Amino acid sequence: MDWLQQLINGISLGSIYALIALGYTMVYGIIKLINFAHGDVFMVGAFIGFYAIKGWGLSFLPALIISMAFCAVFGVLIERIAYKRLRNATRIAALITAIGMSLLIEYGMIYIRGAQPEAYPADVLPNKAINFLGVHINSQSLFILLTSIILMIILQFIVQRTKMGKAMRAVSLDMDAARLMGISVDKTISFTFAIGSALAGAAGVVFGVYYTKIEPLMGVIPGLKAFVAAVLGGIGSIPGAMVGGIFLGVIESIVSAAGFSLWRDAAAFVILILILIFRPSGIFGKNTREKV
Amino acid sequence: MKKKFSKVFMVSALAAGILAGCGTGNQSASGGGGNSDAFKLGVNMELSGNVASYGESMTKGIEMAVAEINKAGGVEGKKIEVIKNDNKSEAAEATNGIIKLTSQDKVNAVIGAATSGNTVAQAQIANDTKTVLIAPGGTSPTVTVDEKGKVREFVFRTSFIDPFQGTVAANFASNNLKVKDAAIFSDSSSDYAKGLSDAFKKTFEKAGGKIVAEESYVGKDTDFRATLTRIKAKNPSFIFIPGYYEEVGLIVKQARELGITAPLMGADGWDSPKLVDLAGADALNNTYLINHYSTEDPDQKVQDFVKAFKDKNNGDAPNAFNALGYDTVYFLADAIKRAGSTDSVKIQQELAKTKDLSLVTGVLSIDKNHHPIKSATVLEYKDGKQVFNSKINP
Amino acid sequence: MKKSKSFWAFLILAAVVYVVVQFFIGSGLINIYYSNLLITIAINIILAVSLHLVIGITGQFSIGHAGFLAVGAYISAIATMKLELPFILAVVIGGVIAALAGLIVGIPTLRLRGDYLAIATLGFAEIIRIALFNIDYVGGAAGMQVSHLTTWTVTFVCLVITILVITNFTNSRHGRACIAVRENEIAADAMGINTTFYKVLAFAIGSFFAGIAGGLFSHNFYIIQPGNFGFLKSFDILIFVVLGGLGSLTGSVISAILLTVISAFLAQYPETRMIIYSLVLVIVMLYRPQGLMGTREVTDLFKWKPAKGGN
Repeated sequence: MDWLQQLINGISLGSIYALIALGYTMVYGIIKLINFAHGDVFMVGAFIGFYAIKGWGLSFLPALIISMAFCAVFGVLIERIAYKRLRNATRIAALITAIGMSLLIEYGMIYIRGAQPEAYPADVLPNKAINFLGVHINSQSLFILLTSIILMIILQFIVQRTKMGKAMRAVSLDMDAARLMGISVDKTISFTFAIGSALAGAAGVVFGVYYTKIEPLMGVIPGLKAFVAAVLGGIGSIPGAMVGGIFLGVIESIVSAAGFSLWRDAAAFVILILILIFRPSGIFGKNTREKV
Repeated sequence: MKKKFSKVFMVSALAAGILAGCGTGNQSASGGGGNSDAFKLGVNMELSGNVASYGESMTKGIEMAVAEINKAGGVEGKKIEVIKNDNKSEAAEATNGIIKLTSQDKVNAVIGAATSGNTVAQAQIANDTKTVLIAPGGTSPTVTVDEKGKVREFVFRTSFIDPFQGTVAANFASNNLKVKDAAIFSDSSSDYAKGLSDAFKKTFEKAGGKIVAEESYVGKDTDFRATLTRIKAKNPSFIFIPGYYEEVGLIVKQARELGITAPLMGADGWDSPKLVDLAGADALNNTYLINHYSTEDPDQKVQDFVKAFKDKNNGDAPNAFNALGYDTVYFLADAIKRAGSTDSVKIQQELAKTKDLSLVTGVLSIDKNHHPIKSATVLEYKDGKQVFNSKINP
Repeated sequence: MKKSKSFWAFLILAAVVYVVVQFFIGSGLINIYYSNLLITIAINIILAVSLHLVIGITGQFSIGHAGFLAVGAYISAIATMKLELPFILAVVIGGVIAALAGLIVGIPTLRLRGDYLAIATLGFAEIIRIALFNIDYVGGAAGMQVSHLTTWTVTFVCLVITILVITNFTNSRHGRACIAVRENEIAADAMGINTTFYKVLAFAIGSFFAGIAGGLFSHNFYIIQPGNFGFLKSFDILIFVVLGGLGSLTGSVISAILLTVISAFLAQYPETRMIIYSLVLVIVMLYRPQGLMGTREVTDLFKWKPAKGGN
């Protein structure tokens, strides 16, 4: 039953990647920016959740909501301060700004509270090992999977069924045409950042509860991995980000389970490169051909 | 077009020239500055980058010790002035840092760095400029001995060396716990963990034990379940986990969740109050660690240190990095006192002669390779508390 | 005629700069701190200029340059420490192997465009780094100790050669082909330019000089560890190029100098170092998104005479 155990390990990890990847993919879809600061919003979310739980003694759900709300505002602030001016600049200038923002958030956090890690309290969610077919399933990992799925359903609903979601899709398809149609592009972009950042904040809290350890540089690697996941799934595609995240988590588990844990990150990148070369638009992406 | 590029050449060359000019200008301005009455102590630490939390912890310990010594009148009538340099957790920056500290700030001694690699990057400069360099955390034997086996005269350390801790752990496993088969789960991105696991393997196999699984993780990982599941399948009766508390806390937690009940053991990298928060008190039962000292030790020196540290840091208990940083300053101050001078050659000679110096992290003597000889303490976690198990002399 | 004249002018100027600096070092006016800083700056300029060829001239968005730096650093370190070859030869070997690595990485990935290429190069650089972690021959995580062999003279010569080669390349018909690829790849293709060839060529040359910088780097800092060549290092190099102005060689030289000096200066303020550094980055990008120099060269500022016909 080892493989089942490994599969569950992978899906739990992957659902966190998926939550972060959603923010990446939405922001990229709408303004074609690789928002490197996204991983750090995830970190901020984890800390907000931590202070809400430990400082104010809140339980999981209120902490999750506070963290999401804070991150939404934070994400919009980042967009308004740093990215808005650069909307018509070269993509690379925007990318460098994103790297700068990422460093600023990381080291701002270290300046405020130091670099040492913090541990989430263990009793936020019931932590019981459920024995199922000889496999230890942690009740927390079920909670986390559930949280991720609910959030993704809500997101899918917002994007597909609401007016704002329609505006988002329109702006990502053609910004100028959307503006001509009377859509407020600025508002829509801010809204996209708010949603993406809120999801990153949620991922931060979920990560904290599941993995316990949070620290100011925790966003770097998951941020990068989530980006890989977003590309795997087809950047710009919401179901793609979910599938890409879970796929990446499972691949990592399989590679570790096969005894190549040191090559795990390399495996993720090898798959990334293979996908880029043979199917550059990712699993779910639309293949667009550049025209003259 | 062609003309344009010729100018490009000139200007880029000029830029380099101008900069060189600026350089000399600055030097005369800053070289003579500073307080000559103070004993200047350079601290070249990982204050940003990957292992910033270790560097920061050590610096905290260093600053605390310096404040105490200054309050008591300083060394040889001079106050100690700390000059910090951030090496960004990069070897190149560590080299640049010690060059700056020795040639610009003209420090009398340097403390750094938290990891072996970044200390090795400074060792040669320290030797060339005859500046004493003490590493609170450089645990690899290569820190004080170069690749040709020659001792680096001016380089010292306060921590154990890797082979020693690995050997202690192996002996403890085979003699005290009487286990015959063990697994190693080591941090492949850290030379510290690598040194420890090599030594453990050698000693454990020599004692007739068998290593049934050898797995690794990469520092900053958070999910170890996949590899732990693999280890569990081999059913080892003991798991050695050399690594730092940040990852170990999660490993212990996840191992227990997966139903691994075997005793786990690690070394001084484990020591931090955060470990209990990360792993949870229950999960830590039946785990052991090697450490320099125990915070529960009734010894006056230890208790004073723990109390003073808690007062300064909102009640947080010190970790091994804090204690090592703290002791490094006292190690240096003791040598200065015996030398009766702040001349670095004299300090170096006295540091090498250090014998039975009583510090928070144990009684310290320096051997001919500038490795510290101190006894190690094996501690056991019981309900989140470190409990003294046994003392092992080198 | 004109070309050779400017060529010699540059060489004479470089020689003068070298003699002056060497005189300062020899006479003790520049202490070891500044001479080391000069070496660091020179290495960073080589890195910036080599990436400038890839991003600025050919328009290929590579964010994995540290991977080639790592290849050069490790190969040259193996050459001197294990095979006991002379230092200069080792640096050249490092460059050649890095160029080969550039070919291997470039041929499959350069079919990609824009952000996809960026991510693929980042992925390759990470694979190189992870591979180094897992090779015990070069010490794995513990790294490899390297003798200190880099001198100001060698570094400066490498710097001059790098700038010469890259400017001459940019100036040649091959360089113009690269610029055509940058400006509009489809149009360049239609004009009969073998776009893939030029992209790979620029990439390999860029990697070669990154490898050279790697050789100088490893022999200047006593120890090399795979952790030093992560994607943050790639970003550092990228920042040199973008902050200076994409397509401006002098821009990347100036920003490499400025940022290296700023970073060295800030090392004594560890608490705020990275905050100031990142703020500088964000503010420059917000107010000058085209970089300090835009696409112009410093020399353009000194153009007191309008360009003559036939130039």
